[in-house]
Amino acid sequence: MALLNKPPAVLALEDGTLYRGYAFGVPGDTVGEIVFNTSMTGYQEILTDPSYHGQIVTMTYPHIGNYGVSVYDMESNRPFARGFVVREFSRTASNHRAHQDLQSFMEQHAIVGIEGIDTRALTRRLRTGGVVKGVIHHGAVDDAEAAELVARAQAHADIDGRDMTPEVTTPLPYARPTFRETPRVVVIDFGIKHSIVYKLEQAGAEVIVVPAQTTPAQIMALDPYGLVLSNGPGDPDGPRYAHDTVWQMLGLVPTYGICMGHQLLGLAVGGTTYKLRHGHHGANTPVKNVVTGEVEITSQNHNYAVDVDTIPGNQFRATHVNLNDGTLEGMAHVRYPVFSVQYHPEASPGPHDANYLFRRFIEEVNAFEGATSLPTGTALAEG
Amino acid sequence: MPKRDDIHTILILGSGPIQIGQAAEFDYSGTQACKALRAAGYRVVLVNSNPATIMTDPDVADRTYVEPLDPAHVEAILAAERPDALLPTLGGQTALNLAKTLWETGVLERHGVELIGANYDAIHKGEDRRAFQEAMAHIGIDTPAGRMVSTLDEALAFAGEIGYPAIIRPSYTLGGSGGGVAHDEAEFRRIVRQGLHDSPVHTVLVEESVLGWKEYELEVMRDHNDTVVIICSIENLDPMGVHTGDSLTVAPAQTLSDKEYQTLRDHSIAIIREIGVDTGGSNIQFAVDPTTGRVIVIEMNPRVSRSSALASKATGYPIAKIAALLAVGYHLDELPNDITAETRAAFEPSIDYVVTKIPRFAFEKFPGARHDLGTQMRSVGEVMAIGRTFKESLQKALRSLELDVRSGLRDVSDADLEARWVPGPTRILALLEGLRRGVTPQALHERTAVDPWFLAQLAEIIEAERELSCLAAPTLWTPEVWREVKRLGFSDAHLADLTGSDEASIRAARIAAGGTPVFKTVDTCAAEFEAYTPYHYAAYEVEDEVAPSDKPKVVILGSGPNRIGQGVEFDYATVHAVWALKEAGFETIMINSNPETVSTDYDTADRLYFEPLTFEDVLNVVDREAPEGVIVQLGGQTPLKLAGRLEAAGVPIWGTPAAAIDRAEDRDGFLALCREVGVANPEGGVATSPEEARTLAQRIGYPVMVRPSYVLGGRAMQVVRSDAELAAYLDDVYAELEGTPTILVDAFLEGATELDVDALSDGETTVVAGVMEHVEGAGVHSGDSACIVPPVGLDAALLDEVRDAAIRLTDAIGVRGLINLQFVVKDGRVYVIEANPRASRTVPYLSKAIGHPLAKYAALISAGRTLRDLGFTATPTPPLYAVKEVVLPFHKFVGVAPILGPEMRSTGESMGLDADPWRAYEKAQRGAGQVLPHGGRVRLVGDGLDDVADAFAALAFDVSRGPLDPGDEVATDLLIDVTGGPDLRRALEAGVPYVSTRDAARWTVEAIRATRDAPLRVAALQDLGAA
Repeated sequence: MALLNKPPAVLALEDGTLYRGYAFGVPGDTVGEIVFNTSMTGYQEILTDPSYHGQIVTMTYPHIGNYGVSVYDMESNRPFARGFVVREFSRTASNHRAHQDLQSFMEQHAIVGIEGIDTRALTRRLRTGGVVKGVIHHGAVDDAEAAELVARAQAHADIDGRDMTPEVTTPLPYARPTFRETPRVVVIDFGIKHSIVYKLEQAGAEVIVVPAQTTPAQIMALDPYGLVLSNGPGDPDGPRYAHDTVWQMLGLVPTYGICMGHQLLGLAVGGTTYKLRHGHHGANTPVKNVVTGEVEITSQNHNYAVDVDTIPGNQFRATHVNLNDGTLEGMAHVRYPVFSVQYHPEASPGPHDANYLFRRFIEEVNAFEGATSLPTGTALAEG
Repeated sequence: MPKRDDIHTILILGSGPIQIGQAAEFDYSGTQACKALRAAGYRVVLVNSNPATIMTDPDVADRTYVEPLDPAHVEAILAAERPDALLPTLGGQTALNLAKTLWETGVLERHGVELIGANYDAIHKGEDRRAFQEAMAHIGIDTPAGRMVSTLDEALAFAGEIGYPAIIRPSYTLGGSGGGVAHDEAEFRRIVRQGLHDSPVHTVLVEESVLGWKEYELEVMRDHNDTVVIICSIENLDPMGVHTGDSLTVAPAQTLSDKEYQTLRDHSIAIIREIGVDTGGSNIQFAVDPTTGRVIVIEMNPRVSRSSALASKATGYPIAKIAALLAVGYHLDELPNDITAETRAAFEPSIDYVVTKIPRFAFEKFPGARHDLGTQMRSVGEVMAIGRTFKESLQKALRSLELDVRSGLRDVSDADLEARWVPGPTRILALLEGLRRGVTPQALHERTAVDPWFLAQLAEIIEAERELSCLAAPTLWTPEVWREVKRLGFSDAHLADLTGSDEASIRAARIAAGGTPVFKTVDTCAAEFEAYTPYHYAAYEVEDEVAPSDKPKVVILGSGPNRIGQGVEFDYATVHAVWALKEAGFETIMINSNPETVSTDYDTADRLYFEPLTFEDVLNVVDREAPEGVIVQLGGQTPLKLAGRLEAAGVPIWGTPAAAIDRAEDRDGFLALCREVGVANPEGGVATSPEEARTLAQRIGYPVMVRPSYVLGGRAMQVVRSDAELAAYLDDVYAELEGTPTILVDAFLEGATELDVDALSDGETTVVAGVMEHVEGAGVHSGDSACIVPPVGLDAALLDEVRDAAIRLTDAIGVRGLINLQFVVKDGRVYVIEANPRASRTVPYLSKAIGHPLAKYAALISAGRTLRDLGFTATPTPPLYAVKEVVLPFHKFVGVAPILGPEMRSTGESMGLDADPWRAYEKAQRGAGQVLPHGGRVRLVGDGLDDVADAFAALAFDVSRGPLDPGDEVATDLLIDVTGGPDLRRALEAGVPYVSTRDAARWTVEAIRATRDAPLRVAALQDLGAA
């Protein structure tokens, strides 16, 4: 291994910025919107989170790959991130849980990576300049080639307004039978992380995961006691059909939205969403539960947020707010047992502070006797 | 909830003298707490016997008591100040133990004082092994199989069950004092016996060994609203078995997956809740089995700790400040994160760099002590470095250590090298050298259990060394090669060594190729938010975030790692310089590498660069900032050593010029200068070879004092009495030190009185700030001798002569700022033995004694002010007698005789203040942990003690002479042994007060006479008119 003469690679941004580094992962090129994540652990969960579909991820922590890759840490069946940008990837994987190292994982799943660039500079660029598209290219480039890469980044389609769910949702429904007397919960998969399913099971649910385009009638035919709207990639304005599904299901069974599921809920009842300047991607965001006054440290991964004030008729009230920037982190319906959070209570990666939401949800599902005796969503948000 | 308004006055306990396991980090935490609580509107009363601290500056608290940290004195202060609350979590184990005693004995209740920050139950559960284990069992978290025992027999029975090696941990001791790892029964018996003795409650925990497991620490904060956040995770490169204070540690954790890290996080939260630490910081240690991932909790400290200081500096999160504010009722989400201003203190820092801490040891000062490391902490200081990668931060940390031994271990045999792979002070260097000699990382892992990831990183450094040696000359390196080489952390000096070049050429070639660093910011949030706090480090990256301002700037060089001879006193001086120059309108810039200190708090100076104090790293900052001046004279020997090279590189050195420093340091020059101004020296000279040294010694006549030039704290200084002793000494010195240093040989004036003098000069006027009379005579290093100001044993004429000599010497050297001079007086004659044109160890003590901030004056003089401007034109008369006593770490070094000598070995000091000199001495003793008996048995060993025996007899002591009876029991209440015999060690281990010199014996008997019938009295510095 030559430390002082590593294979070159470049990252070209749409604004013309060029970062020169070294190639890792599978040889080749990739293009996408670049987002940064400030989690110091959990790179595998991040790479395999379908919410990163179509995006190039950069990690702010400089050493990536240290503890390898484990089959137990997959958040879906494969990586969804389109490219990986790190300060230094580890050639050694050291952990008893590791089944392979990061390099072979990236080769196996054809992910293009670049290391050795000033990822802090890139992060500051993303922070101040908003979402930026870029191209990772393996190999040395001259000025003309660099200009071509920049042009490719510029030409890449924006995520805004696109429906990416068909690319990530399960093609067929699948069930996780429990062989016990447990309430059945249907989860609509907009790009679900496995951990959401595990947490629901742990909280005591029989889980059926259905494709994003499943109709309300099909869902009700499964006789659910609860409904979960999963996370997923892209602009929540994209999957319009989902807005209708959620609207029609509203109030029928206790409902719990996570991340994109939260945004879809806001849109379904007539609210609006907006794109954040650089999104929230990390595992250290403080969120205050305004119902209980408690503070949770949360795992976050989103570029869009719900504007709760735009929801007509004050149907929802804010239950959680972000202590850093005051954005909406959770809301609950004032009449129905329907609540949602913008962050990731299933963590993975990240702190487990909000795991209680799964427990609370299942408690309400268990108590569910019909639309007349329902507690409000606000009660659900209590810890 | 906002702050509590039912409490108004808060008492804060400091941690007392610096000692191993409890160092400058508690000055940092206490100072932060005082500042934060006063800013929140509370009246703060501080007690700390350590005068060398910033926190005991009269400006820091409302009321400052430099008094012994014992129940009697604290109770007197409670009665005088009537505080509503006591905050015990910021003064280390000393404060926590004292608070516990005050609670148990009903003192707090009697005075209506509430414990805040940690309640009694939490302290008990966190510190008492059995209570802790029960608490952990309650929440289902594993602890090592263990049993609390109070007899050796019980211990042996349990060891029979778990086998060897076994771990022994005494309850309620500092830095694991008295504990250890026993590999067999004999060792087990020895350690258990010691541990039972050292534990104030005479119990030890015997535990299953988890040697070789991975070791982690988490720093946790909790508020009254039950919000819990993790500030930092730390991974030890040295696996379980080495005290974390002695381990090379890295932040954040490197080899844990998110699943594993979150398990530790969940455990930490459950633990802080179960133990019931209401508010503030705690430190929790875990061991993780590298093969199964099984996690066990080792211990938790329900208080701010050394690791908290490290975590604060590693992340930028001010743990002590926030802990203090939480204690008075604030919630984490109500407090701002100072660094980002917009976000809250309720969050978990994310860092985008790697922090490495390496401890600094002082084994060379304790010949005969075993060098292997265990569960008992023995390092005396530490360095921290920040790099973008582990490799870079490790190499920066290594050069921050300023080791003067042959650090490459190039010449040691393979067998010797292997012996150094066991935990020891040079282990990291030995691992690197092993890789250099072709040992595989796998083999090293099998030998040391160091995680393969760390070994792979070390191997990459060595691999790069190999590649470098195959490259063309550095002048031909491409910018890409320079970037990669510097990113790996190689210094110019290291590259010069690897390529057979010199540092200046490397620097020139590097700069020609555009190889200069940029500066990044420590911002707690990995760049997610804008940062406003100017805390920076250098990196070889693309983007520079730091724009120099156009204000006039001064760079103040810090003192680097604490070590014996260069401790918190120098941090005190540099912080004072920062404060003074800020007030004078300068932008102050601090460079330092010591995470324990106030100087490396991001809100001390206007800008903080956390960087090694080497020529290259300092020049990087100076080049970037272009300051008006650089101050080198306040941080001790570390910055002073750089003065010449910096000045030669065109850096404006403020204060005493480098040439003047040389004049004082250069032996011949100094002697000539003394002759010129008519001040006598003890006869002496300089030898550049063993033969010369012998000739010189014979000419002067034995005994002579010998030492290498340019060393610190009396390193390798010795009194030799014959040719044979001299030869043995020279062999040792040449073996240990780089090159062949010149050796200074001086007449040794036996029985003389030593004096320390600190003086200030602005070039026009010179003022002696104080003359301090040593209690111990010549032959005891000035840093290890007790001393008193004003002197009691010199007549006025002689004192005038000393002052006059000091002024003449100071003027002749050309000092601008502080100078410390050492004199000896024998038979009515005054000799000067040393002049150090810099701030000395005695500056903070003297400043407090006379009520003048000398380091501030020195800084202002270097900025152009005069002593007349400052109103400091005559030697002040102290309002009280002030005695300084030292604390020595002998109990940590098994088998070392606890005697004083020319080699400095003390780690810290206490101060006693009283209108009576003997009572001041007694207080200083007490502050240093030696409580003198008021009656009972005294044992005197050695000649020349008849007058002492008579004096004790007159005080109705039961006096006996001659060595103690052999056996376990030390049958006396006070031992005076001036023979350096083995009884001293026995007394030390038995916790019996002991005195090892005739001078101190005389002071001791007077101190007992003066205090035994007198009521205890305490005084606040603010009442003395001290500044």
